Amino acid sequence: MSMVRFFEDLRIGQQTALGDYTFTPEAIKSFGKKFDPQRFHVDEQAAIDSHFGGLVASGWHTCAAFMKVYVQYHDTIRATTQLAEGERWPAPGPGTGFRDLRWVRPVHAGDTVSYSMRVQDKIEMKSRPNWGLVINQNEGVNQHGDTVMTFEHHLFVERKP
Amino acid sequence: MRYWEDFRAGDVFIHRSAPVSAQAITEFAREFDPQPFHLDPALENDGLLGGFCASGWHTCAILMRMIFDSYLEGSSSMGGPGVGEVRWLKPVRPGDVLELKSTCLETRASASRPEMGICRFTWDLFNQSGDHVLTCTGTNFFGRREAGAS
Repeated sequence: MSMVRFFEDLRIGQQTALGDYTFTPEAIKSFGKKFDPQRFHVDEQAAIDSHFGGLVASGWHTCAAFMKVYVQYHDTIRATTQLAEGERWPAPGPGTGFRDLRWVRPVHAGDTVSYSMRVQDKIEMKSRPNWGLVINQNEGVNQHGDTVMTFEHHLFVERKP
Repeated sequence: MRYWEDFRAGDVFIHRSAPVSAQAITEFAREFDPQPFHLDPALENDGLLGGFCASGWHTCAILMRMIFDSYLEGSSSMGGPGVGEVRWLKPVRPGDVLELKSTCLETRASASRPEMGICRFTWDLFNQSGDHVLTCTGTNFFGRREAGAS
């Protein structure tokens, strides 16, 4: 199957493994200091005394890491796929938001999270004929097989020219 | 210390950010969302976003920092379980000064954890022109001053 995925190429139910991200203590604290300096994200000793029992990643860090592997996945496909004559890649489409973002379990220092996405719905838009709205159900699973985060991502995908 | 008991439905907290710099936008993008419209400050009138702007996930991270600076710092915060909905209504551009309006919608005790209480909020971000940048509903957990008291 072609890896060039315009709106029309996406199938509802299609599941894609995007890649992994390891939450080192340094990465957790660096993100925490900038964006979420609650004690259990920035201070290992204070985190041990908190209800988490140790350093945990900001929930927003687990989202940023999703985006990192999402972009990496698509960049890798583009770098390794030979386009057929007349083919081109879809323009990158922005997200419009998300729903039901759940931080199901804490992500602890040293955890590796594997992210995946599944196409849940596709919506054609009269107001934007060049774009379709795609709704993906995304998930992060840690090295023990436990789900740590899920959300429904809404984003624009270019339609076939 | 601000505890769960100190929050009331209807409470509103207003907090204003420092200007968002182009450097902060590209720094976040290089690490987490390296797409052209978040990396190149010279990109203008391009695509649906209309040129260079912050990653939506960066806007969420800025929102989190503003929530912290507004009312989480020095509180008994125990984190949160997630957020119900986020809509990125308007891109954040370099130089934008954001204002956060946090509205407490509801407070209730946790049924399973007597030491914890739950506060539900709507968070609205506006830029310096008054444009609505982001709207989000979510939940904060707080420690209680007196565990299990009603």
